[in-house]
Amino acid sequence: MGMTMTQKILAAHTGREYVKAGEFVEASLDMVLANDITAPPGIKEFYNMSSGKVFHKDKIALVPDHFAPNKDIQSAQQCKIMREFAYDQQITNYFEIGEMGIEHVILPEKGLVVAGDVVIGADSHTCTYGALGAFSTGVGSTDMACGMATGKGWFKIPSAIRINLVEKPSKWVTGKDVILHLIGIIGVDGARYKSMEFCGSGVKNLSMDDRFTICNMAIEAGAKNGIFPVDNRTRDYMKEHSIRDWVEHTPDSDAFYDEIIHIDLSTIRPTVSFPHSPDNTYSIDEAEKISINQVIIGSCTNGRMDDMRMAARILKGRRVFKGVRTIIIPGSQKVYLQAVEEGLIKIFIEAGAIISTPTCGPCLGGHMGILAEGERAVSTTNRNFIGRMGHKSSEVYLASPAVAAASAVMGRLAGPEEVEVM
Amino acid sequence: MDAKGKAIKLGDNIDTDLIIAARYLSTADPYELAKHFMEDYDDTIVNKISQGDIVVAGKNFGCGSSREHAPIAIKGAGISCVIAENYARIFYRNSFNIGLPIIESKEASERIMDGDRIRVNFNTGEIENLTKNETYKGEAYPEFIQNIIKNGGLVGYVKEGGNRENEI
Ligand code: SF4
Repeated sequence: MGMTMTQKILAAHTGREYVKAGEFVEASLDMVLANDITAPPGIKEFYNMSSGKVFHKDKIALVPDHFAPNKDIQSAQQCKIMREFAYDQQITNYFEIGEMGIEHVILPEKGLVVAGDVVIGADSHTCTYGALGAFSTGVGSTDMACGMATGKGWFKIPSAIRINLVEKPSKWVTGKDVILHLIGIIGVDGARYKSMEFCGSGVKNLSMDDRFTICNMAIEAGAKNGIFPVDNRTRDYMKEHSIRDWVEHTPDSDAFYDEIIHIDLSTIRPTVSFPHSPDNTYSIDEAEKISINQVIIGSCTNGRMDDMRMAARILKGRRVFKGVRTIIIPGSQKVYLQAVEEGLIKIFIEAGAIISTPTCGPCLGGHMGILAEGERAVSTTNRNFIGRMGHKSSEVYLASPAVAAASAVMGRLAGPEEVEVM
Repeated sequence: MDAKGKAIKLGDNIDTDLIIAARYLSTADPYELAKHFMEDYDDTIVNKISQGDIVVAGKNFGCGSSREHAPIAIKGAGISCVIAENYARIFYRNSFNIGLPIIESKEASERIMDGDRIRVNFNTGEIENLTKNETYKGEAYPEFIQNIIKNGGLVGYVKEGGNRENEI
Protein backbone atom coordinates (compact mmCIF):
# COMPACT_ATOMS: atom_id res chain seq x y z
CA MET A 1 0.00 0.00 0.00
CA GLY A 2 1.32 3.41 -0.96
CA MET A 3 1.78 6.53 1.11
CA THR A 4 -0.07 9.85 1.25
CA MET A 5 1.77 13.16 0.78
CA THR A 6 1.95 13.63 4.53
CA GLN A 7 3.22 10.11 5.16
CA LYS A 8 5.95 10.59 2.55
CA ILE A 9 7.17 13.81 4.15
CA LEU A 10 7.24 12.21 7.60
CA ALA A 11 9.03 9.12 6.26
CA ALA A 12 11.67 11.35 4.66
CA HIS A 13 12.24 13.06 8.01
CA THR A 14 12.51 9.80 9.87
CA GLY A 15 15.10 8.27 7.57
CA ARG A 16 12.66 5.55 6.58
CA GLU A 17 11.49 4.23 3.23
CA TYR A 18 8.02 3.55 4.47
CA VAL A 19 5.73 4.54 7.33
CA LYS A 20 2.15 3.55 7.93
CA ALA A 21 -0.80 5.14 9.68
CA GLY A 22 -0.85 4.57 13.45
CA GLU A 23 2.91 4.16 13.86
CA PHE A 24 4.77 6.47 16.24
CA VAL A 25 7.88 8.08 14.81
CA GLU A 26 10.38 10.67 15.84
CA ALA A 27 10.96 13.10 12.97
CA SER A 28 13.55 15.79 12.46
CA LEU A 29 12.18 19.34 12.35
CA ASP A 30 12.88 22.11 9.86
CA MET A 31 11.20 24.84 11.86
CA VAL A 32 9.91 25.24 15.42
CA LEU A 33 7.55 28.15 16.11
CA ALA A 34 6.06 29.84 19.15
CA ASN A 35 4.31 33.10 20.01
CA ASP A 36 4.10 35.43 23.00
CA ILE A 37 1.48 33.25 24.73
CA THR A 38 2.97 29.83 24.15
CA ALA A 39 6.71 30.62 24.25
CA PRO A 40 7.06 31.60 27.94
CA PRO A 41 5.88 28.25 29.38
CA GLY A 42 7.90 26.50 26.64
CA ILE A 43 11.05 28.41 27.55
CA LYS A 44 10.65 27.33 31.17
CA GLU A 45 10.38 23.68 30.11
CA PHE A 46 13.28 24.13 27.69
CA TYR A 47 15.61 24.94 30.55
CA ASN A 48 14.19 22.02 32.52
CA MET A 49 15.01 19.49 29.83
CA SER A 50 18.07 20.71 27.97
CA SER A 51 21.68 21.68 28.28
CA GLY A 52 20.63 25.26 27.67
CA LYS A 53 21.33 25.66 23.95
CA VAL A 54 18.74 25.46 21.17
CA PHE A 55 19.36 22.86 18.47
CA HIS A 56 19.65 25.40 15.65
CA LYS A 57 19.31 29.16 15.90
CA ASP A 58 18.01 29.55 12.33
CA LYS A 59 15.31 26.89 12.68
CA ILE A 60 13.31 28.55 15.42
CA ALA A 61 10.82 31.37 14.90
CA LEU A 62 9.49 33.47 17.77
CA VAL A 63 6.74 35.93 16.97
CA PRO A 64 5.10 38.33 19.43
CA ASP A 65 1.72 38.68 17.75
CA HIS A 66 -1.10 37.71 20.12
CA PHE A 67 -1.03 40.40 22.77
CA ALA A 68 1.50 42.60 20.96
CA PRO A 69 2.08 45.50 20.77
CA ASN A 70 1.85 44.75 24.50
CA LYS A 71 -1.69 45.32 25.66
CA ASP A 72 -0.96 45.38 29.40
CA ILE A 73 1.81 44.82 31.92
CA GLN A 74 1.39 41.06 32.07
CA SER A 75 1.62 40.67 28.31
CA ALA A 76 4.63 43.00 28.28
CA GLN A 77 6.27 40.63 30.78
CA GLN A 78 5.48 37.65 28.55
CA CYS A 79 6.98 39.34 25.50
CA LYS A 80 10.03 40.28 27.55
CA ILE A 81 10.67 36.63 28.49
CA MET A 82 10.51 35.66 24.83
CA ARG A 83 12.64 38.59 23.64
CA GLU A 84 15.38 37.93 26.20
CA PHE A 85 15.42 34.25 25.31
CA ALA A 86 15.69 35.13 21.62
CA TYR A 87 18.65 37.44 22.29
CA ASP A 88 20.38 34.99 24.64
CA GLN A 89 20.05 32.17 22.16
CA GLN A 90 20.75 34.43 19.17
CA ILE A 91 17.59 33.24 17.47
CA THR A 92 17.70 34.53 13.89
CA ASN A 93 13.95 34.58 13.35
CA TYR A 94 12.71 36.67 16.22
CA PHE A 95 10.53 39.44 14.87
CA GLU A 96 10.10 42.57 16.92
CA ILE A 97 7.36 45.14 16.39
CA GLY A 98 8.17 46.80 13.08
CA GLU A 99 9.11 43.59 11.31
CA MET A 100 6.47 41.37 12.78
CA GLY A 101 3.05 40.30 11.71
CA ILE A 102 0.80 37.38 12.50
CA GLU A 103 3.03 34.31 12.67
CA HIS A 104 1.23 32.28 10.00
CA VAL A 105 1.24 35.20 7.59
CA ILE A 106 4.92 36.03 8.01
CA LEU A 107 6.57 32.61 8.04
CA PRO A 108 5.67 31.82 4.40
CA GLU A 109 6.16 35.47 3.41
CA LYS A 110 9.69 35.51 4.81
CA GLY A 111 10.45 32.23 3.06
CA LEU A 112 10.97 30.31 6.30
CA VAL A 113 8.84 27.36 5.22
CA VAL A 114 9.02 25.54 1.88
CA ALA A 115 7.58 22.37 0.37
CA GLY A 116 8.69 19.13 2.00
CA ASP A 117 9.43 20.69 5.40
CA VAL A 118 8.30 19.33 8.75
CA VAL A 119 7.21 22.21 10.97
CA ILE A 120 5.78 22.28 14.47
CA GLY A 121 4.42 25.37 16.13
CA ALA A 122 3.01 26.03 19.55
CA ASP A 123 -0.08 27.40 17.90
CA SER A 124 -2.90 25.33 16.50
CA HIS A 125 -3.00 27.22 13.18
CA THR A 126 0.52 26.13 12.32
CA CYS A 127 -1.28 23.83 9.87
CA THR A 128 -1.42 26.88 7.52
CA TYR A 129 1.87 26.00 5.78
CA GLY A 130 0.40 22.88 4.23
CA ALA A 131 -0.54 25.30 1.44
CA LEU A 132 3.13 25.14 0.42
CA GLY A 133 3.27 21.35 0.38
CA ALA A 134 4.87 21.13 3.83
CA PHE A 135 3.80 19.02 6.80
CA SER A 136 3.05 21.46 9.58
CA THR A 137 1.05 21.00 12.71
CA GLY A 138 0.21 22.64 16.00
CA VAL A 139 1.56 21.37 19.31
CA GLY A 140 1.73 22.63 22.89
CA SER A 141 4.48 24.52 24.65
CA THR A 142 6.20 21.41 26.04
CA ASP A 143 6.43 19.81 22.59
CA MET A 144 7.79 23.08 21.29
CA ALA A 145 10.39 23.13 24.09
CA CYS A 146 11.41 19.59 23.19
CA GLY A 147 11.66 20.63 19.53
CA MET A 148 13.88 23.61 20.39
CA ALA A 149 16.12 21.40 22.51
CA THR A 150 16.43 18.35 20.27
CA GLY A 151 15.31 19.36 16.77
CA LYS A 152 12.94 16.44 16.87
CA GLY A 153 9.29 15.79 17.53
CA TRP A 154 7.18 12.70 18.11
CA PHE A 155 4.27 12.01 15.79
CA LYS A 156 1.67 9.37 15.26
CA ILE A 157 1.55 8.83 11.50
CA PRO A 158 -1.90 10.06 10.46
CA SER A 159 -4.31 8.47 8.05
CA ALA A 160 -5.93 10.88 5.61
CA ILE A 161 -9.04 12.20 3.97
CA ARG A 162 -8.66 13.14 0.34
CA ILE A 163 -10.54 16.19 -0.86
CA ASN A 164 -10.92 16.23 -4.59
CA LEU A 165 -11.54 19.73 -5.89
CA VAL A 166 -12.85 20.35 -9.40
CA GLU A 167 -13.93 23.41 -11.42
CA LYS A 168 -13.56 27.06 -10.49
CA PRO A 169 -15.05 29.14 -7.66
CA SER A 170 -17.49 31.87 -8.76
CA LYS A 171 -16.80 35.59 -8.49
CA TRP A 172 -17.16 36.28 -4.77
CA VAL A 173 -16.23 32.83 -3.52
CA THR A 174 -12.85 32.46 -1.83
CA GLY A 175 -10.76 29.90 0.01
CA LYS A 176 -12.65 30.85 3.17
CA ASP A 177 -15.96 29.76 1.67
CA VAL A 178 -14.40 26.50 0.48
CA ILE A 179 -13.10 25.57 3.92
CA LEU A 180 -16.24 26.68 5.79
CA HIS A 181 -18.31 24.66 3.33
CA LEU A 182 -16.10 21.62 3.90
CA ILE A 183 -16.18 21.95 7.71
CA GLY A 184 -19.95 22.26 7.45
CA ILE A 185 -20.01 18.89 5.71
CA ILE A 186 -17.61 16.92 7.90
CA GLY A 187 -18.03 18.70 11.27
CA VAL A 188 -15.54 20.00 13.84
CA ASP A 189 -14.25 16.51 14.52
CA GLY A 190 -14.68 15.18 10.98
CA ALA A 191 -10.94 14.94 10.35
CA ARG A 192 -9.81 14.35 13.94
CA TYR A 193 -6.18 13.08 14.03
CA LYS A 194 -6.12 12.90 10.21
CA SER A 195 -4.51 14.71 7.32
CA MET A 196 -6.70 16.60 4.91
CA GLU A 197 -5.05 16.20 1.53
CA PHE A 198 -6.37 18.43 -1.23
CA CYS A 199 -6.05 17.41 -4.85
CA GLY A 200 -7.81 17.57 -8.19
CA SER A 201 -8.07 19.78 -11.24
CA GLY A 202 -9.67 22.56 -9.20
CA VAL A 203 -6.49 23.21 -7.19
CA LYS A 204 -5.00 25.32 -9.99
CA ASN A 205 -7.93 27.71 -9.69
CA LEU A 206 -7.09 28.56 -6.08
CA SER A 207 -4.56 31.32 -5.37
CA MET A 208 -1.81 30.77 -2.80
CA ASP A 209 -3.73 33.01 -0.40
CA ASP A 210 -6.83 30.83 -0.87
CA ARG A 211 -4.74 27.76 -0.07
CA PHE A 212 -3.26 29.34 3.06
CA THR A 213 -6.79 30.13 4.24
CA ILE A 214 -7.99 26.59 3.53
CA CYS A 215 -5.08 24.86 5.30
CA ASN A 216 -5.29 27.37 8.17
CA MET A 217 -8.72 26.09 9.12
CA ALA A 218 -7.95 22.37 8.75
CA ILE A 219 -7.66 22.34 12.56
CA GLU A 220 -11.27 23.51 12.79
CA ALA A 221 -12.23 20.10 11.42
CA GLY A 222 -9.90 18.52 13.99
CA ALA A 223 -7.25 17.68 11.37
CA LYS A 224 -3.62 17.15 12.22
CA ASN A 225 -2.64 18.94 9.02
CA GLY A 226 -3.98 20.13 5.71
CA ILE A 227 -1.82 19.90 2.62
CA PHE A 228 -1.86 20.92 -1.04
CA PRO A 229 0.23 19.45 -3.84
CA VAL A 230 2.99 21.65 -5.25
CA ASP A 231 2.20 23.23 -8.62
CA ASN A 232 3.49 26.18 -10.62
CA ARG A 233 1.78 28.67 -8.35
CA THR A 234 3.52 27.15 -5.32
CA ARG A 235 6.87 27.14 -7.10
CA ASP A 236 6.50 30.77 -8.16
CA TYR A 237 5.58 31.71 -4.60
CA MET A 238 8.59 29.92 -3.12
CA LYS A 239 10.96 31.38 -5.73
CA GLU A 240 9.72 34.84 -4.91
CA HIS A 241 9.87 34.47 -1.13
CA SER A 242 12.53 31.95 -0.22
CA ILE A 243 16.14 31.18 -0.90
CA ARG A 244 15.79 27.61 0.34
CA ASP A 245 15.59 24.45 -1.76
CA TRP A 246 12.41 22.50 -1.53
CA VAL A 247 11.28 18.92 -2.00
CA GLU A 248 8.03 18.02 -3.74
CA HIS A 249 6.08 14.98 -2.60
CA THR A 250 3.13 13.51 -4.46
CA PRO A 251 0.87 10.82 -3.04
CA ASP A 252 1.42 7.30 -4.35
CA SER A 253 -1.23 6.17 -6.82
CA ASP A 254 -2.20 3.39 -4.41
CA ALA A 255 -2.14 5.55 -1.28
CA PHE A 256 -4.93 4.66 1.12
CA TYR A 257 -7.47 7.31 2.09
CA ASP A 258 -10.09 6.79 4.81
CA GLU A 259 -12.54 8.80 2.79
CA ILE A 260 -12.69 10.76 -0.46
CA ILE A 261 -14.79 13.90 -0.63
CA HIS A 262 -15.62 15.55 -3.95
CA ILE A 263 -16.20 19.26 -4.09
CA ASP A 264 -17.25 21.15 -7.19
CA LEU A 265 -15.88 24.63 -6.48
CA SER A 266 -18.32 26.25 -8.94
CA THR A 267 -21.29 25.23 -6.77
CA ILE A 268 -20.03 26.78 -3.52
CA ARG A 269 -21.77 29.96 -2.37
CA PRO A 270 -20.42 32.53 0.09
CA THR A 271 -20.67 30.68 3.39
CA VAL A 272 -21.07 31.81 7.00
CA SER A 273 -20.50 29.91 10.27
CA PHE A 274 -23.04 30.87 12.89
CA PRO A 275 -22.27 30.80 16.61
CA HIS A 276 -20.82 28.92 18.39
CA SER A 277 -19.15 26.39 16.18
CA PRO A 278 -17.29 26.62 12.85
CA ASP A 279 -19.36 23.71 11.49
CA ASN A 280 -22.65 25.56 12.02
CA THR A 281 -22.59 26.78 8.42
CA TYR A 282 -25.17 28.36 6.14
CA SER A 283 -24.86 29.64 2.61
CA ILE A 284 -25.36 33.39 2.50
CA ASP A 285 -28.66 32.81 0.67
CA GLU A 286 -30.19 30.81 3.50
CA ALA A 287 -28.54 32.66 6.42
CA GLU A 288 -30.66 34.86 8.64
CA LYS A 289 -29.62 38.49 8.03
CA ILE A 290 -28.93 39.36 11.66
CA SER A 291 -27.91 42.92 12.59
CA ILE A 292 -24.32 43.47 13.70
CA ASN A 293 -22.15 45.78 15.80
CA GLN A 294 -18.68 45.04 14.50
CA VAL A 295 -16.74 43.70 11.52
CA ILE A 296 -13.21 42.31 11.69
CA ILE A 297 -11.15 41.74 8.54
CA GLY A 298 -7.77 40.21 9.30
CA SER A 299 -6.14 37.29 11.21
CA CYS A 300 -3.96 34.40 10.13
CA THR A 301 -6.94 33.15 8.13
CA ASN A 302 -7.69 36.27 6.08
CA GLY A 303 -5.04 38.93 6.64
CA ARG A 304 -3.26 38.59 3.28
CA MET A 305 -3.26 40.65 0.07
CA ASP A 306 -6.12 38.78 -1.62
CA ASP A 307 -8.20 39.53 1.46
CA MET A 308 -7.33 43.22 1.57
CA ARG A 309 -8.10 43.55 -2.15
CA MET A 310 -11.38 41.71 -1.81
CA ALA A 311 -12.49 43.96 1.05
CA ALA A 312 -11.45 47.05 -0.94
CA ARG A 313 -13.50 45.98 -3.96
CA ILE A 314 -16.60 46.11 -1.78
CA LEU A 315 -15.72 49.16 0.28
CA LYS A 316 -14.51 51.38 -2.58
CA GLY A 317 -16.70 54.45 -2.82
CA ARG A 318 -19.04 53.20 -0.10
CA ARG A 319 -19.46 53.93 3.61
CA VAL A 320 -19.76 51.41 6.40
CA PHE A 321 -23.18 51.42 8.05
CA LYS A 322 -23.41 53.97 10.84
CA GLY A 323 -22.57 52.32 14.13
CA VAL A 324 -20.82 49.26 12.69
CA ARG A 325 -17.25 49.34 14.02
CA THR A 326 -15.16 48.12 11.12
CA ILE A 327 -11.62 47.06 11.98
CA ILE A 328 -9.18 46.00 9.27
CA ILE A 329 -5.90 44.37 10.30
CA PRO A 330 -3.30 43.61 7.64
CA GLY A 331 -1.54 40.38 8.62
CA SER A 332 2.01 41.67 8.26
CA GLN A 333 4.04 44.83 7.69
CA LYS A 334 4.52 43.69 4.10
CA VAL A 335 0.79 43.30 3.50
CA TYR A 336 0.21 46.65 5.21
CA LEU A 337 2.73 48.44 3.00
CA GLN A 338 1.44 46.80 -0.16
CA ALA A 339 -2.09 47.86 0.80
CA VAL A 340 -0.82 51.43 1.24
CA GLU A 341 0.87 51.33 -2.16
CA GLU A 342 -2.21 49.99 -3.89
CA GLY A 343 -4.35 52.70 -2.32
CA LEU A 344 -6.43 50.23 -0.32
CA ILE A 345 -5.83 51.88 3.04
CA LYS A 346 -7.25 55.13 1.64
CA ILE A 347 -10.32 53.24 0.45
CA PHE A 348 -10.76 51.72 3.92
CA ILE A 349 -10.39 55.01 5.77
CA GLU A 350 -12.72 56.82 3.38
CA ALA A 351 -15.26 54.08 3.95
CA GLY A 352 -15.13 54.71 7.69
CA ALA A 353 -13.09 51.66 8.72
CA ILE A 354 -10.10 51.76 11.02
CA ILE A 355 -6.76 50.11 10.28
CA SER A 356 -4.69 48.43 12.97
CA THR A 357 -1.05 47.50 13.01
CA PRO A 358 -0.59 43.74 12.41
CA THR A 359 -1.68 41.73 15.47
CA CYS A 360 -3.96 38.83 16.40
CA GLY A 361 -5.86 41.31 18.55
CA PRO A 362 -9.60 40.67 18.56
CA CYS A 363 -9.38 37.23 16.93
CA LEU A 364 -8.83 35.61 20.33
CA GLY A 365 -10.51 38.33 22.37
CA GLY A 366 -7.13 39.85 23.20
CA HIS A 367 -7.41 43.54 22.38
CA MET A 368 -8.31 45.98 19.57
CA GLY A 369 -12.01 45.19 19.29
CA ILE A 370 -13.47 43.18 22.16
CA LEU A 371 -17.23 42.58 22.10
CA ALA A 372 -19.55 43.63 24.93
CA GLU A 373 -22.50 41.65 26.27
CA GLY A 374 -24.88 40.54 23.51
CA GLU A 375 -22.89 42.16 20.68
CA ARG A 376 -22.40 40.52 17.32
CA ALA A 377 -19.49 40.58 14.89
CA VAL A 378 -18.98 39.29 11.39
CA SER A 379 -15.35 38.29 11.34
CA THR A 380 -12.89 36.76 8.88
CA THR A 381 -11.17 34.90 11.72
CA ASN A 382 -11.41 31.16 12.31
CA ARG A 383 -13.20 30.47 15.60
CA ASN A 384 -16.58 31.49 16.92
CA PHE A 385 -16.54 29.63 20.22
CA ILE A 386 -18.37 31.05 23.24
CA GLY A 387 -16.46 34.08 24.54
CA ARG A 388 -13.85 33.93 21.79
CA MET A 389 -14.00 37.65 20.97
CA GLY A 390 -15.21 39.02 24.27
CA HIS A 391 -18.23 38.66 26.53
CA LYS A 392 -19.62 35.16 26.84
CA SER A 393 -22.96 36.27 25.42
CA SER A 394 -21.37 37.95 22.38
CA GLU A 395 -21.56 36.24 19.00
CA VAL A 396 -19.09 35.76 16.16
CA TYR A 397 -20.13 34.94 12.59
CA LEU A 398 -17.25 33.62 10.51
CA ALA A 399 -17.10 34.63 6.86
CA SER A 400 -14.88 35.72 3.97
CA PRO A 401 -13.58 39.29 3.58
CA ALA A 402 -16.18 39.85 0.85
CA VAL A 403 -19.07 38.91 3.15
CA ALA A 404 -17.53 40.80 6.08
CA ALA A 405 -17.10 43.99 4.02
CA ALA A 406 -20.60 43.71 2.56
CA SER A 407 -21.99 43.24 6.06
CA ALA A 408 -20.11 46.34 7.24
CA VAL A 409 -21.81 48.35 4.51
CA MET A 410 -25.29 46.94 5.11
CA GLY A 411 -25.16 46.92 8.94
CA ARG A 412 -26.32 43.32 8.92
CA LEU A 413 -25.08 40.01 7.63
CA ALA A 414 -25.02 40.46 3.86
CA GLY A 415 -23.66 38.87 0.72
CA PRO A 416 -21.35 40.77 -1.65
CA GLU A 417 -23.93 40.67 -4.45
CA GLU A 418 -26.35 42.73 -2.37
CA VAL A 419 -23.82 45.56 -2.21
CA GLU A 420 -22.90 45.19 -5.85
CA VAL A 421 -26.43 46.05 -6.98
CA MET A 422 -26.74 49.05 -4.67
CA MET B 1 -1.80 4.57 40.55
CA ASP B 2 -5.42 5.61 40.58
CA ALA B 3 -7.71 8.62 40.79
CA LYS B 4 -10.85 8.91 42.84
CA GLY B 5 -13.45 11.65 43.02
CA LYS B 6 -16.86 12.80 41.93
CA ALA B 7 -17.73 13.30 38.28
CA ILE B 8 -17.99 16.78 36.84
CA LYS B 9 -19.98 16.13 33.69
CA LEU B 10 -19.44 18.21 30.54
CA GLY B 11 -20.75 17.86 26.97
CA ASP B 12 -19.33 17.34 23.46
CA ASN B 13 -16.77 19.58 21.71
CA ILE B 14 -15.65 21.41 24.84
CA ASP B 15 -13.08 23.78 23.33
CA THR B 16 -9.94 25.21 24.88
CA ASP B 17 -11.38 28.75 24.83
CA LEU B 18 -14.13 27.46 27.07
CA ILE B 19 -11.70 25.59 29.34
CA ILE B 20 -9.62 28.74 29.79
CA ALA B 21 -10.51 31.96 27.96
CA ALA B 22 -7.74 33.78 26.09
CA ARG B 23 -8.14 36.87 28.27
CA TYR B 24 -6.42 34.94 31.08
CA LEU B 25 -3.47 33.74 29.02
CA SER B 26 -1.00 36.37 30.10
CA THR B 27 0.11 33.90 32.75
CA ALA B 28 0.79 30.16 32.79
CA ASP B 29 0.48 29.85 36.58
CA PRO B 30 -1.70 26.79 37.34
CA TYR B 31 -3.47 28.41 40.30
CA GLU B 32 -4.18 31.69 38.53
CA LEU B 33 -5.53 29.81 35.52
CA ALA B 34 -7.55 27.43 37.70
CA LYS B 35 -9.59 30.34 39.09
CA HIS B 36 -11.08 30.83 35.63
CA PHE B 37 -11.52 27.17 34.64
CA MET B 38 -14.70 26.80 32.48
CA GLU B 39 -15.76 30.31 33.50
CA ASP B 40 -17.73 31.16 30.34
CA TYR B 41 -19.54 27.83 30.56
CA ASP B 42 -20.50 27.96 34.23
CA ASP B 43 -18.81 30.47 36.49
CA THR B 44 -19.76 28.54 39.63
CA ILE B 45 -18.04 25.33 38.51
CA VAL B 46 -14.73 26.01 40.26
CA ASN B 47 -16.53 26.23 43.59
CA LYS B 48 -18.06 22.79 43.07
CA ILE B 49 -14.74 21.03 42.50
CA SER B 50 -13.10 19.12 45.34
CA GLN B 51 -9.48 18.00 45.06
CA GLY B 52 -9.34 14.80 43.02
CA ASP B 53 -12.60 15.22 41.08
CA ILE B 54 -12.84 13.78 37.60
CA VAL B 55 -14.03 15.55 34.46
CA VAL B 56 -16.26 13.34 32.31
CA ALA B 57 -16.93 14.72 28.83
CA GLY B 58 -18.24 13.64 25.43
CA LYS B 59 -16.66 13.81 21.98
CA ASN B 60 -13.68 15.86 20.81
CA PHE B 61 -12.74 17.22 24.24
CA GLY B 62 -10.17 20.03 24.10
CA CYS B 63 -10.71 21.07 20.49
CA GLY B 64 -9.44 24.45 19.33
CA SER B 65 -6.22 26.14 20.28
CA SER B 66 -2.91 24.59 21.23
CA ARG B 67 -2.78 26.36 24.59
CA GLU B 68 -1.18 24.10 27.16
CA HIS B 69 -2.85 26.46 29.61
CA ALA B 70 -5.99 24.32 29.14
CA PRO B 71 -4.69 21.06 30.68
CA ILE B 72 -2.68 23.16 33.16
CA ALA B 73 -5.88 24.94 34.28
CA ILE B 74 -7.66 21.59 34.64
CA LYS B 75 -4.85 20.19 36.74
CA GLY B 76 -4.59 23.41 38.74
CA ALA B 77 -8.32 23.26 39.51
CA GLY B 78 -7.72 19.99 41.35
CA ILE B 79 -9.03 17.63 38.67
CA SER B 80 -7.19 14.31 38.91
CA CYS B 81 -8.20 12.82 35.59
CA VAL B 82 -10.29 13.46 32.48
CA ILE B 83 -12.49 10.80 30.91
CA ALA B 84 -13.98 11.51 27.47
CA GLU B 85 -15.35 9.62 24.51
CA ASN B 86 -12.39 11.02 22.56
CA TYR B 87 -10.04 14.01 22.40
CA ALA B 88 -8.81 16.65 19.99
CA ARG B 89 -5.25 15.71 19.12
CA ILE B 90 -3.26 18.70 20.39
CA PHE B 91 -5.04 18.54 23.73
CA TYR B 92 -4.34 14.79 23.89
CA ARG B 93 -0.60 15.18 23.50
CA ASN B 94 -0.43 18.28 25.69
CA SER B 95 -2.09 16.43 28.55
CA PHE B 96 0.48 13.63 28.53
CA ASN B 97 3.29 16.09 28.01
CA ILE B 98 2.36 18.06 31.14
CA GLY B 99 1.32 15.02 33.17
CA LEU B 100 -2.50 15.28 33.27
CA PRO B 101 -3.89 11.75 33.05
CA ILE B 102 -6.64 11.42 30.46
CA ILE B 103 -8.47 8.34 29.35
CA GLU B 104 -10.78 7.45 26.47
CA SER B 105 -13.97 5.51 27.09
CA LYS B 106 -17.21 5.88 25.16
CA GLU B 107 -19.09 3.74 27.64
CA ALA B 108 -17.92 5.69 30.69
CA SER B 109 -18.61 8.96 28.91
CA GLU B 110 -22.20 7.90 28.24
CA ARG B 111 -23.03 6.15 31.52
CA ILE B 112 -21.47 8.41 34.14
CA MET B 113 -23.75 11.15 35.48
CA ASP B 114 -22.77 14.41 37.12
CA GLY B 115 -21.86 13.78 40.76
CA ASP B 116 -21.29 10.00 40.47
CA ARG B 117 -18.35 8.74 42.56
CA ILE B 118 -15.67 7.45 40.18
CA ARG B 119 -12.42 5.52 40.58
CA VAL B 120 -9.93 5.15 37.72
CA ASN B 121 -7.14 2.61 37.74
CA PHE B 122 -4.45 3.83 35.34
CA ASN B 123 -2.60 0.53 35.26
CA THR B 124 -5.55 -1.51 34.09
CA GLY B 125 -7.50 1.30 32.37
CA GLU B 126 -10.51 0.28 34.42
CA ILE B 127 -13.09 2.91 35.38
CA GLU B 128 -15.36 2.11 38.34
CA ASN B 129 -18.60 3.93 38.97
CA LEU B 130 -19.02 3.50 42.74
CA THR B 131 -22.43 5.22 42.73
CA LYS B 132 -23.94 2.98 40.05
CA ASN B 133 -21.79 -0.02 40.87
CA GLU B 134 -20.64 -0.40 37.26
CA THR B 135 -17.26 -0.90 35.62
CA TYR B 136 -16.16 0.42 32.23
CA LYS B 137 -13.11 -0.26 30.13
CA GLY B 138 -10.84 2.62 29.09
CA GLU B 139 -8.69 2.54 25.94
CA ALA B 140 -5.20 1.23 26.66
CA TYR B 141 -2.38 3.71 26.07
CA PRO B 142 -0.05 3.02 23.15
CA GLU B 143 3.38 1.86 24.33
CA PHE B 144 4.98 5.12 23.27
CA ILE B 145 2.59 7.13 25.46
CA GLN B 146 3.22 4.75 28.34
CA ASN B 147 6.90 5.62 28.13
CA ILE B 148 6.09 9.31 28.41
CA ILE B 149 3.80 8.63 31.37
CA LYS B 150 6.48 6.51 33.05
CA ASN B 151 8.85 9.44 32.84
CA GLY B 152 6.27 11.82 34.32
CA GLY B 153 5.70 13.75 31.08
CA LEU B 154 7.73 14.77 28.06
CA VAL B 155 10.34 16.71 30.03
CA GLY B 156 11.36 13.60 31.97
CA TYR B 157 11.19 11.55 28.81
CA VAL B 158 13.54 13.85 26.91
CA LYS B 159 15.88 14.08 29.91
CA GLU B 160 16.13 10.28 29.88
CA GLY B 161 17.23 10.78 26.26
CA GLY B 162 19.76 8.30 24.89
CA ASN B 163 18.26 5.43 22.99
CA ARG B 164 14.81 6.85 22.38
CA GLU B 165 15.08 5.92 18.70
CA ASN B 166 14.96 2.26 19.71
CA GLU B 167 11.83 2.68 21.74
CA ILE B 168 9.63 3.91 18.93
S1 SF4 C 1 -4.88 35.43 14.26
FE1 SF4 C 1 -6.18 34.34 15.73
S2 SF4 C 1 -6.12 32.21 15.15
FE2 SF4 C 1 -4.46 33.25 14.08
S3 SF4 C 1 -2.66 32.93 15.38
FE3 SF4 C 1 -3.60 34.86 15.98
S4 SF4 C 1 -5.03 34.35 17.64
FE4 SF4 C 1 -4.49 32.46 16.61
